[in-house]
Amino acid sequence: MTDDKDVLRDVWFGRIPTCFTLYQDELTEREAEPYYLLLPRISYLTLVTDKVKKHFQKVMRTEDISEIWFEFEGIPLKWHYPIGLLFDLHASNTSLPWSITVHFKNFPAKDLLHCQSKDVIEAHFMSSVKEADALKHKSQVINEMQKKDHKQLWMGLQNDKFEQFWAINRKLMEVPPEDGGFRYIPFRIYQAINERPFIQKLFRPVANDGRPYTLGDLIREVCPAAVPAEDEEKKYQVMIHGIEPMLETPVQWLSEHLSYPDNFLHISIIPQPTD
Amino acid sequence: MEEGSDKQIGSSTNEEGNANADSQPDTAPAPVVSPSAEEPHSETKRKIDVLLKAVGDTPIMKTKKWTIERTRSVQGLMDFIKKFLKLDAAEQIFIYVNQSFAPSPDQEVGTLYECFGSDGKLVLHYCKSQAWG
Repeated sequence: MTDDKDVLRDVWFGRIPTCFTLYQDELTEREAEPYYLLLPRISYLTLVTDKVKKHFQKVMRTEDISEIWFEFEGIPLKWHYPIGLLFDLHASNTSLPWSITVHFKNFPAKDLLHCQSKDVIEAHFMSSVKEADALKHKSQVINEMQKKDHKQLWMGLQNDKFEQFWAINRKLMEVPPEDGGFRYIPFRIYQAINERPFIQKLFRPVANDGRPYTLGDLIREVCPAAVPAEDEEKKYQVMIHGIEPMLETPVQWLSEHLSYPDNFLHISIIPQPTD
Repeated sequence: MEEGSDKQIGSSTNEEGNANADSQPDTAPAPVVSPSAEEPHSETKRKIDVLLKAVGDTPIMKTKKWTIERTRSVQGLMDFIKKFLKLDAAEQIFIYVNQSFAPSPDQEVGTLYECFGSDGKLVLHYCKSQAWG
């Protein structure tokens, strides 16, 4: 039987082969070759694409370059969503490598947040971690940590250091033995077809009678249309980190093992492919 | 359009400007309530009460309690506060929940209310500089 710690590693080292192409209307002095990269699922686009930016800027004039942004099939990709979530939500069931278009003009400010520096990513990441701990432990764990511990979480993510990150993050995943779970499970449910950014609610990991709540319970509660009735065909996939976890999986286990580094479970609900 | 006793953000009680530029005009029909029953009972109330508190030397707002549409984004709220306080476009406003974390600008205030509201209202702190790292 696989050790649960292996799951943490598998999640951490998940990669998506990606091909970056410059948008056809960008002005270049020479032809821009596509750029290939293995993107870490748990990271953020603007955190891991310095090389992509440099690659394309080499063939462009400085005056033709403003803030970089990324697009997939007409959808501007939100850098503040983890990469794995962007892929699951928009590109599941398409062929690899993931084909992302790179833009340096016409930043779509109504769809995307600006990201002028890595500090912006760090602030966003730390806020998410704090929000998650507010749900899990009434902020007690994150508040007891020192500034350097916060920094270590961020540096672990930024430098892709699994051990460094988890040395601190395991504290955020601790559950008092008498409780049997977090206070609430930090989760967000995304639907590509939905106008709303995501659904987030208070959801406890354990029922009053002590029975652990499952992923199926969560989806039925928050997004019932995504779970087929008994005589119904399956219409949607419930996706985390590119897999469909069994709906019988306890949400507490999912929260401890399949959360992104920001300590949220990012769950995509996408149409079942018809082929 | 329903009228509450509290001030409504985005309504014309402010100035004639486009205080609600980021969202549908108030005369628009209620935001689509999904028939998938994502919001079993709470969505019956389209608007929520928000208490806005200034931090540090950030100017206070005379009206503290506001009624806000659930679907309004944190960014929309930040824009409103900036306009209300007549800040320069270049100045920033930070919003905090629980005096602890800054919600993402595209998050809906309704979601924050669901998760962090208490006693029927959501308390938010606002600040011109980063107050809680």
